Amino acid sequence: MIQFLSHIISGLSLGSIYAIIALGYSMVYGIAKMLNFAHGDVIMIGAYVSFSATQYFGMHPIASVVISVIMCTILGIAIEGFAYKPLRKATSLAVLITAIGMSYLLQNLALLIWGANPKSFTSVVGLGTLSLFGGEMHITSETIVTVLANIIIMIALTTFINKTKMGKAMRAVSEDKGAAELMGINVNLTISMTFAIGSALAAIAGVLLCSSYPSLMPTTGSMPGIKAFTAAVFGGIGSIPGALIGGLLLGLIEILGKAYVSDQLGDALVFAVLIIVLLVRPAGLLGKKVHEKV
Amino acid sequence: MKRKISKTFINNLITYAIVIIAFFICKLALSGDIEGFKMSRSLKGQLIPICVYIVMAVSLNLTVGISGELSLGHAGFMSIGAYAGIVASQWLGSAFPEANIDVVRLIAALISGGIAAGVAGFLIGIPVLRLRGDYLAIVTLAFGEIIRNLINCLYVSVEGGTLHTGFLLTSPLPGKKIIAGPMNTSGIDKLASFDAAFVVVLIALFVVLNLINSRSGRAIMASRDNRIAAESMGVNVTKYKMMAFVTSAALAGIAGAMYGLNTSIEPKKFGFDTSILILVFVVLGGIGSIRGSVIAATLLTVLPEVLREFGSYRMLVYAIVLILVMLARNSVFVKQILSIVTGCIKLIFKRSRRGEAS
Repeated sequence: MIQFLSHIISGLSLGSIYAIIALGYSMVYGIAKMLNFAHGDVIMIGAYVSFSATQYFGMHPIASVVISVIMCTILGIAIEGFAYKPLRKATSLAVLITAIGMSYLLQNLALLIWGANPKSFTSVVGLGTLSLFGGEMHITSETIVTVLANIIIMIALTTFINKTKMGKAMRAVSEDKGAAELMGINVNLTISMTFAIGSALAAIAGVLLCSSYPSLMPTTGSMPGIKAFTAAVFGGIGSIPGALIGGLLLGLIEILGKAYVSDQLGDALVFAVLIIVLLVRPAGLLGKKVHEKV
Repeated sequence: MKRKISKTFINNLITYAIVIIAFFICKLALSGDIEGFKMSRSLKGQLIPICVYIVMAVSLNLTVGISGELSLGHAGFMSIGAYAGIVASQWLGSAFPEANIDVVRLIAALISGGIAAGVAGFLIGIPVLRLRGDYLAIVTLAFGEIIRNLINCLYVSVEGGTLHTGFLLTSPLPGKKIIAGPMNTSGIDKLASFDAAFVVVLIALFVVLNLINSRSGRAIMASRDNRIAAESMGVNVTKYKMMAFVTSAALAGIAGAMYGLNTSIEPKKFGFDTSILILVFVVLGGIGSIRGSVIAATLLTVLPEVLREFGSYRMLVYAIVLILVMLARNSVFVKQILSIVTGCIKLIFKRSRRGEAS
């Protein structure tokens, strides 16, 4: 029973990381209608920046997280401005391939700068472990911080989207780009802003991911990226609560599947559940069903 | 009166001609008969992979370009074909150890690879083709990952003509190992040859080009362009989409079988990255253009070899080239320049023709 509980907790922790990454995917998809495959690699860059700041420049871990968030925000805006903005009117497949090219570019840049050998990431939290039930169950401080960070980010983002002017502009652009432009909304600025927020979240997710799973490589971001993306689809792409629920469920399924079914088949299980959900609810758990007009 | 030859027929002939001429040029370079015209060692090793990737790109183009369904799990079918082909050829080899039947084994491997992938394509197609758009893409991605994960746990060994299979094993199987879970395949007879790979390319081109220009192909394209209109015209949309999907999967399986009999493979090879690589060939070559797929697959497989002199900057340059090509193909500015250039060329041609006439 206690073992089951600790699996649930580590599932929630992994799920929180997926949820934070999924938010970036979901927001960008909702507003720019594109699959940003380079998002997973922004996570990796964020983790590397934080790693370098602490290892090579001897900075305080918290300061390194701030630097990493700033760098990733700039990177996100730069990627959008350089690679995606010229393709606003192109087909979605062309944008997809450009995003894939961007993902290769970031991976290989990281490979050149930091090398192929896995770096051992020192946790930015490092507050020790919480023992419960007379030492039978351990919860690391990373787990607690990850779950807390996820809750704070969700609340902050929901408030931002619903209460601020920029948030309103984002919702308007995701609803109808043309109409939003006619109402005087700066669509390009709104899209850049979305990328900035998504990339800042990716940096946080990267640091949290590598604090829990300390091996850092140029390909670290790709698998969590794909899984977070399925989490976004799972919950209904474009919806913030959907990303939260999708991410948490995916994390739980993965950890429980690896623990109780088979270690090697955990990923297959995640994707099988995704397929079943999409077949029953083709727009995801919380997605809106779009009726086709004839 | 001369019978008018259709434009598509000529177009297809050009495609075949390009492939056949390229094959003979490669043959000439391989033989080294002409002084100073020889293929480098690294390029020689790429010949069969090029053919495999051409078949992969052409088959994916059938799904993405002709049928209009974005598939992100094409490498999954390739891996099914590869492993089925390996099992078939190794089983035949151990069942008839005396006979010299390499060609038969190769053909059996290709056919069983194609059939296995085709059946998988049918089974996956039933749920997948119910979805649309991005959701369909995600589900194909998910199936690709599931296939890779399952093969990762698959163990097959052969002993005197009988096959032993196991799933998620801890103890080793008796006999000679063929497929060993996440490990590289080893001890597989390298039955693939450039000539055979070339024949497979021709077969794939023949199947796809003829399918496109048939009644079924037109039905497939009609359901891509407007599903509702096609349905109301009496086209069985699901049936034709399934036809395209299964054909594409089977061709990918054949390509995979050829690949598995050429180099040592591991399940990791057929992940999401390979699916994306093939999609890149299709999109760069032009969606729906078979000739474009052939050319793009060839160039992009050769490109990393050519870029070898950049050393560790190789893949970085590849990524930059990819992004720049996509930007150039879609940017308004470059399109304008291109249209001016082609306009000038056309003008020059017209002038010279007029000059000949007068």
